[in-house]
Amino acid sequence: MHKCESGKMTTTQLLKGNPLSSKEHATHALLYMWKVRKFEEAVKDLFGRGMMHGTMHLSIGQEASATGMCLALDLADQITSTHRGHGHCIAKGADLTRMIAELLGKKIGYCGGRGGSMHIADVETGNLGANGVVGGGIPIAVGAALASKLQKKGTVAVSFFGDGAMNEGAFHEAANLAAIWKLPVIFFCENNHYGMSSSTEKAFAIDKLSDRGLGYGIPGVTVDGNNIVEVYEAAQAAVARAKNGEGPTIIEAVTYRWEGHSRSDKNLYRTKEEIEEWKHKDPIPKFISILLEKNLLSQQEIDAVQQQAYDEIMQAVNEAVKAESAEPSGLLDAVFKKVSA
Amino acid sequence: MSDKSDKTDTNSRMLTMAESLREAMTIAMTERDDVFLMGEDVGIYGGAFGVSSEMQNKFGPERIIDTPISELGIVGAAVGAALAGMRPIVEIQFSDFTAQAMDQIANQAAKIHFMLGGALHVPLVLRTPQGSGTGAAAQHSQVLETWFANIPGLKVVVPSNPADAKGLLLSAIDDPNPVIFLEHKLLYKFPGRDSVPEGSQRIPLGVSKVVRRGSDLTIVATGIMVNKSWDVAEKLAAEGINITLIDPRTISPLDMEPIHESVLETGRLLVVQEGPSHGGFINEVIARVSESSTFGSLIAPIKRLAGMNIPIPYAPQLERAAVPQVEDIEAAAREIVKNWR
Repeated sequence: MHKCESGKMTTTQLLKGNPLSSKEHATHALLYMWKVRKFEEAVKDLFGRGMMHGTMHLSIGQEASATGMCLALDLADQITSTHRGHGHCIAKGADLTRMIAELLGKKIGYCGGRGGSMHIADVETGNLGANGVVGGGIPIAVGAALASKLQKKGTVAVSFFGDGAMNEGAFHEAANLAAIWKLPVIFFCENNHYGMSSSTEKAFAIDKLSDRGLGYGIPGVTVDGNNIVEVYEAAQAAVARAKNGEGPTIIEAVTYRWEGHSRSDKNLYRTKEEIEEWKHKDPIPKFISILLEKNLLSQQEIDAVQQQAYDEIMQAVNEAVKAESAEPSGLLDAVFKKVSA
Repeated sequence: MSDKSDKTDTNSRMLTMAESLREAMTIAMTERDDVFLMGEDVGIYGGAFGVSSEMQNKFGPERIIDTPISELGIVGAAVGAALAGMRPIVEIQFSDFTAQAMDQIANQAAKIHFMLGGALHVPLVLRTPQGSGTGAAAQHSQVLETWFANIPGLKVVVPSNPADAKGLLLSAIDDPNPVIFLEHKLLYKFPGRDSVPEGSQRIPLGVSKVVRRGSDLTIVATGIMVNKSWDVAEKLAAEGINITLIDPRTISPLDMEPIHESVLETGRLLVVQEGPSHGGFINEVIARVSESSTFGSLIAPIKRLAGMNIPIPYAPQLERAAVPQVEDIEAAAREIVKNWR
């Protein structure tokens, strides 16, 4: 699965573990962060050139939170994701070609062109699906954790959601069920400061969103969501707690989305200065500086990883562009799963 | 299974619908480990209408799960558990309260299989009582079958008697898709006209039942209206007016075949539902007859009986007036047969 030769790798799964624990782990973590970044940049480009339709919700600037959380997960552990879910999907190990193909409306896309950007799921990597409804995936993750407990599978479920979802009833009902049943679930809040145009200052009367756990008896922790090492450490502790039968944890990863909410966003609700300020807190250079400081990777190796991420994305784009388009025939037969005789 | 039942012969007994539903759940939970029941007060209380009475003693609190009052959370957790390999049955105390959980029903459960590309499916049964006649007023009395039938991806079952309820519920639990199972409250204590077979015989979803045959008039009715129409058919048969009564049982997907066949023979069609007429399910039956060649065989205008387009009122005389009663069906049946020869 993981072949590492002079910084060049063929990857299908993120290598679990602390990103600073070995050269291989460090390379992996960096590669996945870059894959997310390059994927989003490629999507933006394809949209710009009119090759994709619909809308897009890019996670540029949030790469450390998705990758850091998934570094603590096994393949069998499950996630639910959001409308801004490309990063979670990639970090959990989804196939890049099938992802791009879905966004291009191709037959080989994850949903056969029926779901698009907001609905990618990948059973093989434990991804129960992105979601077009804010908070929609939170109770579903709790249900996956309930199944894990009932089946004694020992897996954990992670629900990724944004700050906006914390004000949805779905979060509150799901949190309470998880707490009273001590379910192996992690509520991973990517606080990127805005639910569309609503700032957290306007939408919350508390400073630390992880404090929301207090009312449910769920421990909460707030970390620098742009520092992959901090995110991983919190994630790892929450996974250990969940798998030890101690119940759910709330992790608030404080981060920022560089791009607008979606294609239609004119950024009227925030300043250019604020965006620039956060670009200086870019999670990728932040991780690289740690790697250089600890002599885990050389600049040459780092450059090679970046090139590899770019190559993988370009290869996926090229394959996906050439793939066959999804056809309307058969749509009616796809509504229900066939009842086996 | 049936040691305590009133046996009319060795293979079947008269049961109420509450008993037959309990028997179906007990059989399914005995047959397979992945089935469990979750809902408000379903444990020691036995559910608001006693359907799961004593089941927690038999299966324990891990399989008959009492939940907080949290419809959105419960249904969401059931969707997640279904995605993760379980077969949850959820009881929502009154169908009116499904409104609290509608995101998980309509946007999640119904769409996941189609929207996410077919790799995932949601084998979930949502059982819930509906209907007026208990003096519980507007928020505890609606017939909402049309809501669910209008959402592609949901199967909608409306049983009218104990024997059908058992066989249909067993099929619903087997089904790999989300099934909304709507039980009329006044039928829970209804002993039915037919005995209930012992054992685990399934009644397939999507097959309309011809309840009785006659050549003068076709009545298509759902839920409790089947029983009211039966009483009318009995009475009119003594006067030489012979009625074919059809119970679709599953209103989505809808089996129109026996309806077309019968209308071709009788040339007269009366459709009856309890829910409000505007946008109601029976309008779909009328539309399908009207746009098919069956239309040419009609010798009378199609007649529709449905609830008034008002919230269900409280006082008994007002409540009664809000939905079709036996005398309304009788008058309509007589009028069609008498006026159109």
